[in-house]
Amino acid sequence: MIKVNIRKKLHGSGGEMELKCDFTIEKNNFLAISGPSGSGKTTLLRIIAGLEECEGEIIIESEIWQNERMKLPPQKREVGFVFQDFALFPNMNVLENLLYVKKDKKFANELLEMTGLTELAKRYPNTLSGGQKQRVALCRALMRKPKILLMDEPFSALDMSMREKLQNDIIEFHRKFDLTTIMVSHSPSEIYRLSNKMIVLNNGKIEKFASPKELLLKTSGSAKFAFEGKIIDIVEVDVINIAVISIANQIVEVVISKKEAKELKIGDKVIVSSKAYNPLIRKMMSD
Amino acid sequence: MNLDFTPFLLSFKLAFFTTVILLVIGIPFAWFLSSTKSRFKPVLEAISALPIVLPPSVLGFYLLVFLSQSSPVGKFFEEVFNIKLVFTFEGLVVASSIYSFPFMIQPLQNGFENVPKNIIEASYLSGKGKIETLFKVILPNMKTFLLTAVIITFAHTVGEFGVVLMVGGSIPGKTEVASVAIYDYVETLDYKSAHIYSLIMLAISFAVLLFVYMFNEKQKKRFL
Repeated sequence: MIKVNIRKKLHGSGGEMELKCDFTIEKNNFLAISGPSGSGKTTLLRIIAGLEECEGEIIIESEIWQNERMKLPPQKREVGFVFQDFALFPNMNVLENLLYVKKDKKFANELLEMTGLTELAKRYPNTLSGGQKQRVALCRALMRKPKILLMDEPFSALDMSMREKLQNDIIEFHRKFDLTTIMVSHSPSEIYRLSNKMIVLNNGKIEKFASPKELLLKTSGSAKFAFEGKIIDIVEVDVINIAVISIANQIVEVVISKKEAKELKIGDKVIVSSKAYNPLIRKMMSD
Repeated sequence: MNLDFTPFLLSFKLAFFTTVILLVIGIPFAWFLSSTKSRFKPVLEAISALPIVLPPSVLGFYLLVFLSQSSPVGKFFEEVFNIKLVFTFEGLVVASSIYSFPFMIQPLQNGFENVPKNIIEASYLSGKGKIETLFKVILPNMKTFLLTAVIITFAHTVGEFGVVLMVGGSIPGKTEVASVAIYDYVETLDYKSAHIYSLIMLAISFAVLLFVYMFNEKQKKRFL
């Protein structure tokens, strides 16, 4: 069981705010932390790793990492940390990066093999692609056989195809090494695919804590599918009104009634849903 | 003509000891400066940069007073180590270490500040303590700054004049370093020797600087 109950004053861009989190997850859970920027996600992760001071207690599988009387330094916490921007040691090659953590060549080679990096073992980080670097960082984080794996937006610097590959590696590692993982992420699809618990942080407080399915699936009632979008224009055409809505990377037009047009204005966040028809799926491209 | 190279040897010996001493003092001091959030940081930075702006004669004068046998420091060194600090080689090492202090500290401090924080944190999270992190992660990733600090300190010590003249006097074979020897030659109108000495100094200084800049260019390419 992992129990986190912490408090810390933060000086964010929006003035002072208190980060106050109290949650418990089980071993082998995969927790995603989401929320607007500046809500304290990364700080929370750094607190668990011991990189930042705070008040409160952190208990990981009955081992006390921090309470009112003591605080373990990061060196004493069995934690793996994957940074947003990799943080590989530039002066060491891939294998040396792993062996720096623990001189266990067999395990290092095993990890490199699992992630398909064996051929790159002697390469230096500055010669690797972003995706390769992040996989090395993931392997390095696992060298300590951590009780808990922390990842701070591990995919944000990667392109789409690289994300997929890394997600597969993470899923494989999470199962194989019985990990408990906490990941900060913005991307609903990543969270949905990887995690089984989800926290939405807002202004330093836990706003929602449930399964990603409950929090991310927008459909409610009998709606077949639904998307969140933003109104970017409302146009009157003869007797009808058309709302131009941006959904993810697409712009769509939806016919709305006069009454609706009055209630809505440009910039409003809306949910576009449909229930009467069966959505059709057409394959565009194989992966 | 018979050219005496003792002043050059003395210059290099002095620069070598000064650089080694400053490296040992400079690494922890610069690390402290780069990581401290203390209110006194600007005060420490200002004091350590003083030798850059002070006239060497002012520094030399204070050092002379400060290191003489009648001062507590001079007395301490004489009684405990049996070392006189004025008009001796040992005194020159102490004076040079103070004079060249900022030339060691500033590149090192820049270097420490230039190492990404997250690789230091990654090292802590790999279970490594501060000392191991310093030697295996931080210092290897600031090689250009380290080299700059060492070479500039060395070269600057070879090139100093005012302070060594005041604290060391100009005792041949003991404290008469190359820069002072040139001054002596000019004073005695021996321009030929002054020319030769000066040319050697010029060549060495240029070679050293060229090497530093070429190395830094190469390192930049490697790590970016």
